[in-house]
Amino acid sequence: MAGSTPASLSAEAPRVAAAAPRKSRPVTPAREAWRRFRRHRLAVASGVVLLVMFAAVALGPLIWPVPINEIDFTAKLQGPSWAHPLGTDDLGQDLLARLLYGGRISLAVGLAAMFVAVFVGVLVGALAGMSSGRMDAILMWLTDLFLSLPQLPLLLLVIYLFRDTMKGIFGVEGGAFILIVIVIGGLRWMPVARLVRAQFLSLREKEFVEAARALGASKTRQVVQHILPNALGPVIVAGTIDVAAAIIAESTLSFLGLGFPSDVPTWGSVLRDAKDYLDIAPHWALFPGAAIFLAVLAINFIGDGLRDALDPRRVL
Amino acid sequence: MSRQYIIRRLLIAIPSLLGISIVLFAVLAMAPGDPFEELATNPAVPPEVRMALRAKFGLDDPIWSRYLHWLAAMLQGDWGFSFASRMDVDKLILQRLPVTLIVIGSSQILAILVALPVGVLAATKPYSVFDQIANTLAFIGFSLPTFFTGLLLILVFSIQLDWLPFVYRSDIEAKGWLFYWEHIKQSIMPVTVLGLFQGASLVRYVRSSVLDVIRLDYVTTARSKGIGERKVITKHVVRNALIPVVTLVALQMPIVFGGAIVTEQIFRVPGIGSLLISAMLANDTPVVMGVTFVFACLVVLFNLIADILYGWLDPRIAFR
Amino acid sequence: MVRAVDGVDLHIDRGETLGVVGESGCGKTVTARSVLKLIDMPPGRFEDGKILWQGRDLIPLDQAEMNKIRAKEIAIIFQEPMTSLNPVYTVGDQIAEVIELHQKMSRKQALVAAAEMLRLVNIPNPQRRLDDYPHQFSGGMRQRVMIAMAMSCQPKLLIADEPTTALDVTIQAQILELMQEMKDKLGMAIMLITHAMGVVAETCQRVTVMYAGKVVEEAPVEALFGNPRHPYTQGLIRSIPRVDRAAEKKQRLEAIAGTVPSLLDPPPGCRFASRCKYAKEICTRAMPPLKEVGPGHFVRCVL
Repeated sequence: MAGSTPASLSAEAPRVAAAAPRKSRPVTPAREAWRRFRRHRLAVASGVVLLVMFAAVALGPLIWPVPINEIDFTAKLQGPSWAHPLGTDDLGQDLLARLLYGGRISLAVGLAAMFVAVFVGVLVGALAGMSSGRMDAILMWLTDLFLSLPQLPLLLLVIYLFRDTMKGIFGVEGGAFILIVIVIGGLRWMPVARLVRAQFLSLREKEFVEAARALGASKTRQVVQHILPNALGPVIVAGTIDVAAAIIAESTLSFLGLGFPSDVPTWGSVLRDAKDYLDIAPHWALFPGAAIFLAVLAINFIGDGLRDALDPRRVL
Repeated sequence: MSRQYIIRRLLIAIPSLLGISIVLFAVLAMAPGDPFEELATNPAVPPEVRMALRAKFGLDDPIWSRYLHWLAAMLQGDWGFSFASRMDVDKLILQRLPVTLIVIGSSQILAILVALPVGVLAATKPYSVFDQIANTLAFIGFSLPTFFTGLLLILVFSIQLDWLPFVYRSDIEAKGWLFYWEHIKQSIMPVTVLGLFQGASLVRYVRSSVLDVIRLDYVTTARSKGIGERKVITKHVVRNALIPVVTLVALQMPIVFGGAIVTEQIFRVPGIGSLLISAMLANDTPVVMGVTFVFACLVVLFNLIADILYGWLDPRIAFR
Repeated sequence: MVRAVDGVDLHIDRGETLGVVGESGCGKTVTARSVLKLIDMPPGRFEDGKILWQGRDLIPLDQAEMNKIRAKEIAIIFQEPMTSLNPVYTVGDQIAEVIELHQKMSRKQALVAAAEMLRLVNIPNPQRRLDDYPHQFSGGMRQRVMIAMAMSCQPKLLIADEPTTALDVTIQAQILELMQEMKDKLGMAIMLITHAMGVVAETCQRVTVMYAGKVVEEAPVEALFGNPRHPYTQGLIRSIPRVDRAAEKKQRLEAIAGTVPSLLDPPPGCRFASRCKYAKEICTRAMPPLKEVGPGHFVRCVL
């Protein structure tokens, strides 16, 4: 009984497992994880929703070939119609096209920031977990320091200070993209580092790692082949949540005016333009907001499902 | 809880603050361009003043001496001068800090008042209808970005229903009860937005923590003593379950500040969050640095409070 | 569905010490906790049977009525003293809590009574120790605190679920002695659950041996040790390490080969058959009934 944790709520209520009929296929950890994940109806549904969203933003411009910056003052601030399924903004630009285009950026920022965070986090965590006291202590002090930095103010600060230079080097879209991704990812690696370090500390003394050592495996090999795969579970979960957090961070930055500018229609920047027209054109704000909400909600449900699927201690 | 514990925690807070100040200053120092470029184009500021400011900020000195000068100035309360508001930065911040603290404080209290009972109830009847609904609502709650919730509330309550004002005014001409009522009315939405967002994630933490505690041996012991289930939960389970939750709340403080900045922008609350944004848009660097530093101090302060609370709640900690 | 306890009949008389013996997983703890209905009711449930306390069946009672019986009439102490006390309340608080609940006393009076209980269980400096937290006590002392807590309302029956298993041998002896003392003082009955035959021999008047959820033998203690009829009981007794015999010639410790069958899918016949030296064909086909083979001595075996 001790050591087992009840599964999260989106799984079905646990029933005492009856003796399962022997399957002919071998039960690998991946298959086991998939089986457990499938029990979360909400997580699976969210997976579908997310896939649809990705497909929509990837293929959107092909299916809906309306330009995103076609200014047409005669059509301004219209609600949803056949010509413009999501309505138009104050310059008569089609919202559906803009949101599809901007969606690429918003989702790409989310994924990229997550990769940055996971990469840095795994690096720091692995280094700390595998090394001696001094290095470990220094890295942990650094991690704690970063953890106590106020995130949004610091994000804003860095963007404020470096925005123009980045724009100069990489152009408006590119510069903003790189800056935002680095900054968001750079403030989210700490939980991953802690997780990885904890896993390393517990795993490196385990027998199978000792066995590898005894067989002459170098330190790197031990890490990459033996420890990392086992540490992967919580990292995947944390990474999923990071995507959601990064999407929210980017939209917040754009909404506040310090992310992407108006001509780059990420969901956040569209919301920023829309907020002053709430009384006469609520659809303009509702659609991008709903898009962000849906994406984040789906990712959160998936993360929840993954947590239950990958954590071996959970009783499902 | 021993005094030693508190003092030790205080001592740890100081290097944290120093570390943060170094990071902030490093960021500022690495920034390209002259933070006073803005002034060059501002006719109201004569070049001699600009030169004097450069000297004062030691912009031509080596970096470590600049840091020490800056740190010394901050500690002495000399935070510079705001060009946009024509005021000393520290006075400006002090003027607007209370509003932010009140909004954040009330929203946290709201969050706890909602999340605690819901989380505990959900955990005592796991997988029940109540639990599933609570869990789903919680997910929705923390998946909704604060700016969207804020806009939605404005749409519904201010525009459609016209019940609540959505522009915050500090200059309300009213006396007595009406004065407070007006202030409360205009604070309801920002506080609700922040509170519900935080409350949503708190519900899940509380539920998970209570579920962990309820299986422990000493809870069975309590039941075996003949204590009613309700008392077992409220007396024996909750206090133990709160311990990890408190830490989590403190660790989430940096995120709450982010939410506060957004909320202040939407509802035009005159706190330090909106001050930060307007300063950035106006290129008012001293204010930006000052406010960021204040946020960092607040984070350290809340971590300290969490440590103390933790020591108060868990007698095992304070004796180390 | 797992039948943790299947057709177990236990009875205990006033002032008697009953030993319930068996390996881990044989259902002893579940039996013990189910007397006070301390099992998680979903997913567990009582399928059939009665719990008769002084003539009254406890099963249909609701929680409020059970709570009147818990600690006041029947008390229980658990196996793990390290985790059985709430870490955030003082020991005095936790003992006074149960006294206040069942005896109409004020908080102050209850605390005085709590100090007295601590003294009774030989904890030095009881008055001062009232304000200490559980983590400030060692394992043995915590178990004493548990005993103090359990005895504080003078229950008529104490269920002791492996009270000394988690403790050092020297402390074990002290705790057992203490329980005996309290029993003599209060005229209490004890249901002592253990897997140590030596302890049973010393302290119990009657013994019930359980295996895989069923009672396999029940007898007064002298009869059990003098004339064990069930092969499992015989195996248990033989496997007690004997310091005197070992001195004569080198002997291996006797063990019972095999493992306990899974309760998810129990074998149809006698559950010990797979490990039994004397097992016959009939043993694997049908569950033998409990037969009386002597005064108060029952065995579930065909032999």
